[in-house]
Amino acid sequence: MSAAYAHPEVLVDTEWVASHAKDVNVRVVEVDVDTKAYEEGHVPGAIAWAWNTQLCDTVVRDIAPKPAFEALLTQSGIGNDTTVVLYGDNNNWFAAWALWQLKIYGHKDVRIMNGGRKKWLAEGRDLDTGATPGPSATPGTSPYRASEPDYSLRAFLPQVQQAQKSGSAVMIDVRSPQEFTGEILAPPGLPETCQRGGHIPGARSVPWGKTCNDDGTFKSADELQKLYGAQGVIQSKPVIAYCRIGERSSHTWFVLKYLLGVNNVVNYDGSWTEWGNLVGAPVEKGAAKAVGQG
Amino acid sequence: MKPENFSERKVDVDGWQVNLTTYKLGDKWHTKADNVSPGAALARVVADTREDAEARALLRAKELLSRTKRHTV
Repeated sequence: MSAAYAHPEVLVDTEWVASHAKDVNVRVVEVDVDTKAYEEGHVPGAIAWAWNTQLCDTVVRDIAPKPAFEALLTQSGIGNDTTVVLYGDNNNWFAAWALWQLKIYGHKDVRIMNGGRKKWLAEGRDLDTGATPGPSATPGTSPYRASEPDYSLRAFLPQVQQAQKSGSAVMIDVRSPQEFTGEILAPPGLPETCQRGGHIPGARSVPWGKTCNDDGTFKSADELQKLYGAQGVIQSKPVIAYCRIGERSSHTWFVLKYLLGVNNVVNYDGSWTEWGNLVGAPVEKGAAKAVGQG
Repeated sequence: MKPENFSERKVDVDGWQVNLTTYKLGDKWHTKADNVSPGAALARVVADTREDAEARALLRAKELLSRTKRHTV
């Protein structure tokens, strides 16, 4: 018998979205790597958030500050009780990034459209073109009130350094194998954004894409369990996921936390653009050692 | 409006795998080229024909990928 996802309620399929996207208490939000994708055509009724201006602090390197996040949600017609459904390109990379921030700020009901933008397109479903609907699309929505940030979902540098030294956590590097080994310093075709290539010593290499099927949907719980189990991920040991800037690792964080039910998993959003630029930080190059070899 | 003729295929560009996603929306063809691993978008092109959209996306991808330096490990 196949295992079920630990929290199946966080996923909706494209059919559900087609039926509920315009429900009064549902807000569908597209969050893409390529912020122009939304304008090309989007789920009818969906609005768009830009990861590089709205889901971060544009001055200090950080997630969106609480007041800005509250303003974004209020302007988006989202109340504290709204069901937020996120989807995007690249099998939901930045949709997961948005979900991670929504959880940090305590939003209760947030879900991912399984398969993301790719599956919606492949199924030939309706697309709207043009601008985001007005901010008052949900009349009478009260100003959004975010909780104080829950940083138990996030790893900062000192925590990662301590874990690296002590071996107290399983470190999952979700970048491509070539980024992991140090052969390339950024994804192919993108500017190099670090001084050194390689990975955090002791990290396991589990590229984020291994969690998805060809149609963009998540692999089954059994397949995911097998994938991470082979890398030493078990319920009783903390897990730190990282990538280059934190969005791919938020995807893995989502998989581990909500699909496999790993409670103690954090996203290190400083990731390789922080670690790979640190003076004196230990770096390992080459392929990962076998599990158990440290 | 509904997207039609959605297709996806991988091609080799100077030793790098590139994923080409193409579909028709209205009377235009949309192509996105991404770098497979990790999947970051390299080019997005809108054209009158599939062939033109894919050719232009590949050209831009080739240009960007040529700047990627492989380091000795």
